[in-house]
This record gives sequence, structure tokens and C-alpha cells, in this order.
Amino acid sequence: MRTHVWIFLSAMLVSNFTLVMFLGLCSFLGVTNKVATAIRLGLADTFVLIITSISATILNKWVLTTAPYLRIVSFIIVIASMVQITEMAVKKWSPTLFRELGIYLPLITTNCAILALAIFQTNRGYGFAEGLTFSIGAGAGLTLALILMASIREKLELADVPAVAKGTATVLFIAGALSMAFMGFAGLMSAT
Amino acid sequence: MRMKPPPDVPGVKGSTATEDLLRGIWKENPTLVLLLGMCPTMAITNSVSNSFAMGVITGFVMILSAIVVSTIRRVVTHEVRVATYILIIATFVQLADILSEAYIPDAHKALGAFIPLIVGNCLVLGRQEAFSSRNTVWRSTLDGIGMSAGFTLGLCLVGTVREILGSGTWFGLRVMPPNFEPWVIMNLPPGGFLGFGLVLLALAAWNQRRMRPAPARIVIEPAHAQRSASTAAVAMGSAR
Repeated sequence: MRTHVWIFLSAMLVSNFTLVMFLGLCSFLGVTNKVATAIRLGLADTFVLIITSISATILNKWVLTTAPYLRIVSFIIVIASMVQITEMAVKKWSPTLFRELGIYLPLITTNCAILALAIFQTNRGYGFAEGLTFSIGAGAGLTLALILMASIREKLELADVPAVAKGTATVLFIAGALSMAFMGFAGLMSAT
Repeated sequence: MRMKPPPDVPGVKGSTATEDLLRGIWKENPTLVLLLGMCPTMAITNSVSNSFAMGVITGFVMILSAIVVSTIRRVVTHEVRVATYILIIATFVQLADILSEAYIPDAHKALGAFIPLIVGNCLVLGRQEAFSSRNTVWRSTLDGIGMSAGFTLGLCLVGTVREILGSGTWFGLRVMPPNFEPWVIMNLPPGGFLGFGLVLLALAAWNQRRMRPAPARIVIEPAHAQRSASTAAVAMGSAR
């Protein structure tokens, strides 16, 4: 149990996928204008992360033992088809949710956080349960980072930013400050 | 990732081979202008040598994928094209991973998981979709070379800022005076965001200076005159 708590906290805070590991930055910089959208995207990401973790465990256990050099190719195919299946299932069962998620659902395929989860999980030799905890933690961290960023950017709408720094540069400096704040969580490492 | 369409439609009949080659290096620089492939731009740019290695490996994948994609562009049906491109890219990434592990083990160790993650680089897939799938092999190769050069340039620029401020060196050579205290933060994760932010800020300032519109001064003048009048009044008031 202790291991699981540690895996969860480590994935969510100490090595936060977005702010410390630089994964999934496209969506982090691109679609964090509104908090509501950020939450929805975060939840969709988490869902796909969990599915990916399960598929990666299965692939590692039964398929890739004989051909490790096919790892990247098989991971990306499985992720792409899983996202596609999720998209079709959501469209069939809950058209409202499908419309709310819109373009973000198919775009999750190429979010590097998803592929990175599968690769890290393999490199660290996590089993089924550990992988599941890891993916939920990573998803929580991603959602947290998206919500933080979106809240700050909503406030920023009213701020008087110099014309030179408008746009991506400001967002990057905010992300830098957030990242610095998250480095404080490294102290958790010495606590355990 | 976002599939941002490039500003002008690629493959326009009017564009020449030289334009295809040069487009990616400056006018549509993938890192600095299109803002594609952000993850490696911030993750591995803590030194110039890492940035350069990443640029070269990404270029290897991009050029070879461009050649294959443009060769089979008439065979692939519209519905399965993205899956096909991803598969081609993933194959070359796997190849690059194995080759770099064998021939440049130091760089492979430093870049870590970011070599497999080239698959998810929006730039590579974006160029296949936007350019290679509609153009001849020769022109797609040129575009791939140009875009890779531009990407490497962007990475090295961020790497330069981070390495000089973070360790006082450039490509491992000492450039700052010996009493320079390195800004450790630039080597740590926040430095990725800050370093890239600084580069974009400098670029924006340079663009603004270059393209400052002339009439802006006329607009400012009345306000300026008013302010100086009011400050004069205040000065007079205080004098009184």
C-alpha cells in the first residue's frame, strides 16, 4: 500500500508530467484558456492514460517479450486504436459528452504524455496494479497542472501585459513559475 | 498535439525548390514561429550538445519519413493516412533509437525517453500531413531538410541561453568569466520554460523594433503633450 501511495504522489507532484517532465505541452499551452475546458481535457487524458497503462501491461507481458524492438511501433498503434475505440464508444453512448470533448479526444493520440506513460511504466518494470496507480497519479497531475494554468490565464485576461510579452512568452514564464513551485515537492522524496 | 495548418498553403505551384528548403529555417521556423514540437524544445535543451543531438535525430526521422510518405502518397487512402504516417514515423524512431544507442551512447543516455517520444512530436507528423502527402519526393526531402535545420537551430538557440546562464559554458567551452555564478535554475525544469520564454521575448522585441509602424508616433503625441502640460501645471502648482 505504501508503495502505491508513493507511486501516486510521485507521478502527481514530484515528477509532474507537465511541469517537471515536459510532457503534453501542446495541449498545456494550447487549450488552457478556460478552467471548464481544462478540467474536461484533464479527465479525458486521465481516462486514456488508464486504458494505455492496462494495454501496455498486456503487451509487455504477452507480446513484446520475444520482440522488444517492436515496442514503440506497437505502443503507438495500440494507443491510436484505443483512442479511436474510446471516441466511437463515447459517440454512441453519450453524444453530449462527445460534443463537449470535441476535437480534444482524437488529439489525445499524439499527446506525448500518453506514450511516455507506457514507456516509463515499461522501463520501471511496473506490474498491473502499480501501472494503474501510476496512470491515475499521472492523470491527476496533468489535470492539476491544466487547471492551475487555466485559472491563472483567466485572471491574466484582465492584466496589463506589455505588448512584446503578449501570448506564448507570458504563458511560458507563468509555466516556469509553476514549475519552480512544483520543484518544492521534491522535498517529499527525502521524507519517505 | 495541434495540427496547426501552416500560414501559406504548402505545395503552391509558385514556390521553388530553394523556397522549400529555406522555408523551415527562418520564415516558418518550427520552433520559433510555428511553435510545434514544444516538448523536446524545453525538456532536453539544458546544454547545446544535447539540443544539437536531438535536432539531428529528429531530422533523421523527419527526412526519412518524408521520403517514404511522399513515395507512397498516391497509394494511401484518405481515411487511414494518419495511422499510416504514425506507423512509418514510429518505425524510423525505433531505428533511430537503436542506432543512437549503438553509435552515440552518451547522447542516447542524456536524451533518455525523449528519443522514443519523437513519435509524438507534432512537427514530424504535421509536416507529413501538410507537405509530404501532397508533394514530390524531391521537394518533400528538401522540406524535411529545411524543417530539420530550423528545428535544430531553434533547439540550439534555447540550449545556448540555458547553457550560458545555467553553467557558464557553450558546447562545453567556458565562455563566462570565472567569477560568474551559474544560475542553477536554468539547468532545472523551470529553466526550460524560462529559457524558451526569454528566446521568444527577444524575438518578439526584435520583430517589434523592425516593424514598428510609423503612424504610431502621431497617435501618441496628443497624450504626450497633454501629460507634459499637466506635469507643467503640477510643477507650477508646487512652485506656487
